[in-house]
Amino acid sequence: MVHSRVSRLRRTFTVVLVGWAAGSITISGAAGQESAQTGRSTQAKHEAGLAAWQQVYSVLTHPRCINCHTATNYPQQGDDRHRHLFNVVRGPGGKGVPGLNCATCHQEANAESTGVPGAHNWHLAPLSMKWQDVNDNILPSGEVCRSLTDRSKNDNLDGSGILRHHQREPLVLWAFKPGRRRDGTARSLPPLSHEEFVAATGTWIEAGMPCP
Amino acid sequence: METFKLTVNGQSKQVTVDPSTPLLWVLREELKMTGTKYGCGISACGACTVHLAGIATRSCVVPVSLIGDRPIVTIEGIGQDPVGRVVQNAWVSEDVVQCGYCQSGQIMSAVALLKSIRKPTDTNIEESMGGNLCRCGTYVRIRKAIKTASQKLA
Repeated sequence: MVHSRVSRLRRTFTVVLVGWAAGSITISGAAGQESAQTGRSTQAKHEAGLAAWQQVYSVLTHPRCINCHTATNYPQQGDDRHRHLFNVVRGPGGKGVPGLNCATCHQEANAESTGVPGAHNWHLAPLSMKWQDVNDNILPSGEVCRSLTDRSKNDNLDGSGILRHHQREPLVLWAFKPGRRRDGTARSLPPLSHEEFVAATGTWIEAGMPCP
Repeated sequence: METFKLTVNGQSKQVTVDPSTPLLWVLREELKMTGTKYGCGISACGACTVHLAGIATRSCVVPVSLIGDRPIVTIEGIGQDPVGRVVQNAWVSEDVVQCGYCQSGQIMSAVALLKSIRKPTDTNIEESMGGNLCRCGTYVRIRKAIKTASQKLA
């Protein structure tokens, strides 16, 4: 009698144990799947972020943008990115020097009749935002990305600040409406529209601003 | 055609021109102020330099429609400015001019330089005056005149 009661208890205990173990396996299996899904989703987001960055980079390194993101004492001009004519120099604030400021020629808007481009506060990007080396070679994607996201270099902009800069800065907007050259032909445009550029910047920021 | 109100050397002027007309043509053809010279027409030589709200500006590439209410000072008016007067005197005392065609622009750029930097170094002078060309090659005398004016202004 005692033996059969013990045996019943043992069977019950075993069933409970097996059940608990099975439950545990089920729970841990679900968590594993979830974790794997999260991992896959994080990885996908990271990859989407990197792809978006490459799109952003393709715009940043277009002549309409990079010509004023030099590492030298002068801006560049044209699709061949030649040194700015007329002995123009950077000057202490990136706006040229007295007697030869950017505003000596560049006004608040494009001058279509004379071919001089213009937008509010025409100036060079600071040297900390250089996207070229001193020999005018374009810096690699990862290096530009790391500079752009370094708040000690980028005027202390976080992701939303960078997005706002790409959305609203007059000189960024100018790059997508650069007007006509002196000979009347249209200046070339960056590879994305402004809307696509802002969307790509948003995707990249959403993904945590990953750098290659 | 459109009518624009301009302030030139402290005087109000009104012109009716195509909005795309560069300021240089407005000054020379409409207002008959021929002290400002046409050199290249592409801002490459500096002969057409005037001051627009105090900034040395190439009048050959700035359409009149982009001037707004900014005051314009030309070579005809720069002598009314204390720094401008000193620079013009230095130009005379150092006998800078040869043919003289570029000198209106040279003086306007030199005044802009000295208004910002009272004691310019050789590098300051080279950088600020680097966009003003002189086919007679009076650069050495230009530099000397700027230094003379700088001493007078000290």
